Parts: sequence; C-alpha cells; structure tokens
Amino acid sequence: MFKKLSIVVSALVILGMVLTACGSAAPAYTCTDSIGCVKLAPTDPLHIAYLLVVSGANAALGIDSRNGAEIAIDDVGGKLLNHTIKFDGQDGGCSADGGQAAGTKLASDPTIVAVLGTSCSSEARSAEPLLSKAGFVTISSSNTAPDLTDPTNPNHYPGYFRTAHNDKVQGAAAADFVYNTLGFKTAATIHDGSLYASSLVGVFADNFKKDGGTISTATSVDPNATDMSSVLASIATGKPQLIYFPIFLPAGAFIIDQARTTPGLEQTVLMGADGLYSPDVMKTAGAAVEGFDVSSPLVQGPAYDAFVVKYKAKFGELPINIFHAHAYDAMNIIFQAIQKVAVQQPDGTVYIPRQGLRDAVAATANFQGLTGVLTCNPDGDCANPIIGVYTYHAGQYPPQLIWPTKYLPTGTP
Amino acid sequence: MLRTWRQRLTLTDVFIWVIGLAIAVAVIWGSISTLRLHIYSGSGWIDLTIRGLALGGVYALIAMGYTMVYGILKMINFAHSEVFMSGPFTACFVALGLASSGFLNAQPVISLAIILVVSMGVSAGIALLLERICYRPLRTAPRLVPLITAIGASFFLQYTFRGLFGSGSFGYPAIKALQQSWTISGIQIFKTQVVVIAGSVLMMLILFAIVQWTKIGKAMRAVSEDKEAAELMGINVDSIIVFTFGLGGASAGAAGVLYTLLFPVVNFYMGFIPGIKAFTAAVLGGIGNVPGAFLGAIILGLLESVGPNLFLTGLGIPSPSQLKDAIAFIVLVLILIFRPTGLLGERISRDKA
Repeated sequence: MFKKLSIVVSALVILGMVLTACGSAAPAYTCTDSIGCVKLAPTDPLHIAYLLVVSGANAALGIDSRNGAEIAIDDVGGKLLNHTIKFDGQDGGCSADGGQAAGTKLASDPTIVAVLGTSCSSEARSAEPLLSKAGFVTISSSNTAPDLTDPTNPNHYPGYFRTAHNDKVQGAAAADFVYNTLGFKTAATIHDGSLYASSLVGVFADNFKKDGGTISTATSVDPNATDMSSVLASIATGKPQLIYFPIFLPAGAFIIDQARTTPGLEQTVLMGADGLYSPDVMKTAGAAVEGFDVSSPLVQGPAYDAFVVKYKAKFGELPINIFHAHAYDAMNIIFQAIQKVAVQQPDGTVYIPRQGLRDAVAATANFQGLTGVLTCNPDGDCANPIIGVYTYHAGQYPPQLIWPTKYLPTGTP
Repeated sequence: MLRTWRQRLTLTDVFIWVIGLAIAVAVIWGSISTLRLHIYSGSGWIDLTIRGLALGGVYALIAMGYTMVYGILKMINFAHSEVFMSGPFTACFVALGLASSGFLNAQPVISLAIILVVSMGVSAGIALLLERICYRPLRTAPRLVPLITAIGASFFLQYTFRGLFGSGSFGYPAIKALQQSWTISGIQIFKTQVVVIAGSVLMMLILFAIVQWTKIGKAMRAVSEDKEAAELMGINVDSIIVFTFGLGGASAGAAGVLYTLLFPVVNFYMGFIPGIKAFTAAVLGGIGNVPGAFLGAIILGLLESVGPNLFLTGLGIPSPSQLKDAIAFIVLVLILIFRPTGLLGERISRDKA
C-alpha cells in the first residue's frame, strides 16, 4: 500500500520538476559567476541582512548603524530593481562568540545578498570566515581594526569592506594631537582586550614613540570591571601627562570617574576614541566628564544636516554616535553595486552574481557619501576619514570640536 | 604513631599542600619584591585599602541575602544579584528627579534617605515576589529545582529591566556634599568612601542585632536549626521565610545605594558580578553565618583592591589588575581546601549541605 503510494508521489514529483525546468528554461540566463548567483523570482524580496550589536551595553553602536541603514532604505523607497528590500539580521553582541553564532545563522541563508556589519572588530574576526565563505558581500559601518583589511593578515577575507575608518588613521591622529598640539611627552595606555582597543592602543603607542614620547604604563582592564582603583594606582606610579583608553562603556565611564579621585591622577588629561563618543558617556560619568577628550570621525556638511533631520523625524532622537552615517553610505554603496551588476529578465526575475557584486563594490570610486568622497580599494577600505578631537563639557552634548583647528567654526578661539 | 599518620596522608593531600605552599611563597615573594621596588607611595596603599574596605562593605551587605536565605532554606538564591540590581536601578530615577529639581544638593541627607528607602523597598519587594512566586511552590521539590528556578528568575528579572528601561547605562547624579575630601597627614579620604564604610558597618550591626537579639531573629535561628521542631514550637515557618527574604532584599537594596555612591552607573546586568563576588564572600566566610559573611566580604574587597598591585607587580606580571578576580577565586579555593566550611563556618554546612 505504502509502496504504491510512494511510487505515485515520486512520479508526480519528477513530473513537476520536469515541468518547472521547462518553464524556467525560457528566460535563458546561465550564471557564470565563480561563486554563484542569487536568483530573485519576480515576487522575491531583495534580502540584505545586518550583523550588529543591538542589545547589551554597546547596543547604541549597532542600533545607530541600523537606523542609518533604515534611512538609506527609505531613501530608495524601500525597493531596488522593483524588488522590495528585506532588511533583518542577527545580534552579534560585540563579542567573538556572539559574532560566530550570528555569522553561522546568516551564512545558512542563501537568499542573503549582502550583510551590513559587523559592529565590533571582534565580531568580524569570527563571523567573517563564515560570511565570506557563504559568498556574501560584507560591509561594516564601524569595524576599525587594521588587520581586517590587511591582505597579509589571516583575518582578512574576500568580500569584506568597510566605510568606517581604519584605526591606523585614528590612532595616528590621536598621537599627533597629544604630542604636537598638547605638547605631552609621557602617556599611559589602557585597552580592554578587544581587537578594536588593543590595535588602536598599538597604533597610538607606535606613533607617539616615533614622535619622541614615552609610554609610561601600557596596561589593560576587563571590559566588565567596575573597580579601576588598582589599575589607576599602578598608572599613577608612572606620572603620565595623559591616559589614552580607547575602550567602550561602561568601563570607560568608570575610568573617567575614578581617575579624578586617584592620588596623583587628579590633573592628568584623559582621552578616549570613538567608542566613547556617545551620550551615554555623559549619562554615566556625570560631572567627572568635564575635559575628557575623544577622537572621532568628523562628519560635516549640508547633506549630513539634512540626514540628521530625517533621522530625528524617524526615530525621535538625535543620532546616538557617528556610525549611522557610515551605515548609510555602506547601504548606498551596496545599492549602487547591485544596480550595476544585477541581470534583469523581462519577467522581473533578477540574478545577482556574487563575485561580480564584490568586484563592483571594490571598484566603487568617487562615491559622494555623507562621510566624504569614498573610494574603495580591493582590500576593503572605503573610508576617507577626517579625525577630529572633541572635548566633553558637563551637561553639554555633543562634545565640542577642538582639533584640527582648520575645521573649527569661525569665531571660536 | 608515625605509621598511622603516614597511612592517613594520601597523595592528594600532599599535592594540595604543595599547591598551597607554592601559592603562599609566590604571594610573599611577590609582596616583598613589590615593596622593595618602592614604586607605590604609602598614601597610595592606604587609598587602595580604603577603597577595598568600602567595596568589602558593599559585598558584605549583598552577601547577607545569600547567607541568611541559605541558613534557613538551604538553597542558593541565585536571583539575589537581580534583587540587588533592581533597587538602585529604580532609585536612580528618583535620584535623577531629585537632582533636576535641585533638592538633591539642597538637602543631601533627606534625599539620600529617600533614595535609600526607595531602593530598599524595591529590592525587598522583588525578593518577596521571588519567594512567593518562584520558591514557595517548590519548597518540597528536589534541591536542584529551586536552583534552576533561581537562575531562570534571574534572567527574567534582568530582561524585564532591560525591556522597561533599555540596554543602556544610567548615571547617578553626583551629590555635591559628598564630593569633598579630607586630607589627613597627606592621605586623601573621600566622603563617599567614609559614608559607604560607615553605612555598611551600621547596616551590618542592625542586621546582626535583628538576628541575635530580637524575637523574630530568635525564630529565624530556630528555623535554621531545625524547621520541623521550630514549627512544633509554634513558629510560623512561612512568615519567618518571608521575613528573611524581605530582610535580605532590603539589605541588598541598601548595598545597591552604597555601590552606586562608589560606582555611579546602573544598568540591567550590573548585579551579576557583585552578586558572584558576594556569593564568594559568603562561602569564604562560611555560608549561613552572618559575621562570617561580613569577614569574608571585607577580605575579598581588600584582596581585590590591594592584592593585584601588592602580589603581582613585584613578579613583573603585566596589567595585574586584570587578574584580581583570579586572586579572589584562588583565595576562595585555598580556603575551601584547608577549611571546607569557610572561615567561620559552622556545622550547618557540614550536616545539611
């Protein structure tokens, strides 16, 4: 009985397969791409995923990027090549294991064309091997660790791009500011073991020492630590003029707060990087934030002002940090590349060759974005950053731009 | 004589003694070489010690919740770290309101009292709800069941707070009156540290007095000795358990306010690490024992703040502060090896654990 039924069923299945094969044979397009194509049937959405940190302590980082990407989708009317854009994703948690879990999930979905992400460089390290193997284009709005786009490094994977600046630029700018503008000769550094912080500290220290400065203490903290007294006490023994700690919240806020009450560090200048450019620094460090310096990309111009208005209207708040602008540019670069390489059939079917898309993104040149005029290189760096240094003042956000002086609004001393 | 002694001595014992001795030698050698380097000033050490005492005081108050509940129910309330988080988290909004109206700096004492009452009330309320909803229905269940429930309740509370207030951090407003410091013979002592140490000692004395010298405290001790006998003597065991949870919760709420004076940031996962540390302190001092928890917490606080710099700097280990948890837990392991009941542990942990 069952045997008979199964024969009938398999006959029907085979017949169905033959029929569909004949049906789709009409619009003759054969994918010749070396790593395959994504086929969108006329009613299929165009799937772009994100792998960002959208929960936990650093959620602000990923949510800001996601908001920027959503505005980019709105700006093209939610559709590309007459296919609705489907935008969803996974939370990477700003950690290596979170990145791996999220990357595994995304890599198993063959409908994905491109991935916006990751938020943190540590996530990229573990997710990128999976995403790259799945054939996606990944474009990050906030990964800044140098090794990700260094072709000689094992952490560099094909298909990876970023619109965020490479930390080589940010670390060097910070060292330049500290040595030449502030005129400091000794500094201490703290990192939190993350890829982002340790490479930024490394670049800063290299440049600072090359200029002639001394690193009095190079140390690290646990990203979840609250009590910084012992690390600050050991830093105080070296009597540095500045402490450079390009880490994240809340550890960064605890250092700001506790350094002021550590014997020997009352007057020491504190400096962080773009991970600490966030309104949460104001909320968490309180009055101690006065005079705290951060480096962050400098984004200015009428197009950006118009974008901020849209952001405020859609999300009811001002941008949380700076990565929304990078995410917006990243999405538009992807859209442009998809439009360039997609093969459209008369019935509305669209083929997107994966390697072709990677090549198209890599060939992006003179792209007019919010963060400047972007040109991608084959290793994955697309950003054209200008790094500014900002000083926090208690009760005032965003922090005030103090360097480089040529970008200061006229009239400020 | 010698022979029986040799027969009792197993290879494991020798191994443990060797490890213990090696650690002791490393600690002493590290300390001596650190002190001979003369890189830390005397005032630096005293500053670290004061910070360690303040931290230990906070741990002690949180540890009360673990140790009292263990004393009575013989279960570890792993949701206690969220009881600790809920109070200061909620009170943060009261503090922000008081700060924006200017009342906080005009009347710092009254404001702190209001914040303290709100924090203690919320934490005690959460603890009571936990007892009623999560633990009472499971009182006769096997021991692992309430333990797993506690972990579930812990996550539930964390993510409830995350859902209500978001995943970001909130900062406590600074109280101007507490920002000053005294300088006594070159040593700077901050008012917040004095308030935290004095506050935690005062709370500990109150708790100790309740347990030792009141009628309900006597009933608590009776229930912890023998539940059935206490019930036969006319003690309402249920209400004693409720009271214990409430007391532990209120103590955690007070600890929360003191904690935010030291580290003025609240977020939904802030309870986890202090919770683990306080649990460690309770085990270190002998779980189920109130003075033991206090002693354990002070030792842990001091080890964490003085330990890394004292033991490890001289050994040339880079970024010693990263290893402060390792130091704390190594000490815990050592004490449990040589004194499995904890420093002041009683028979309670022997015959009922």
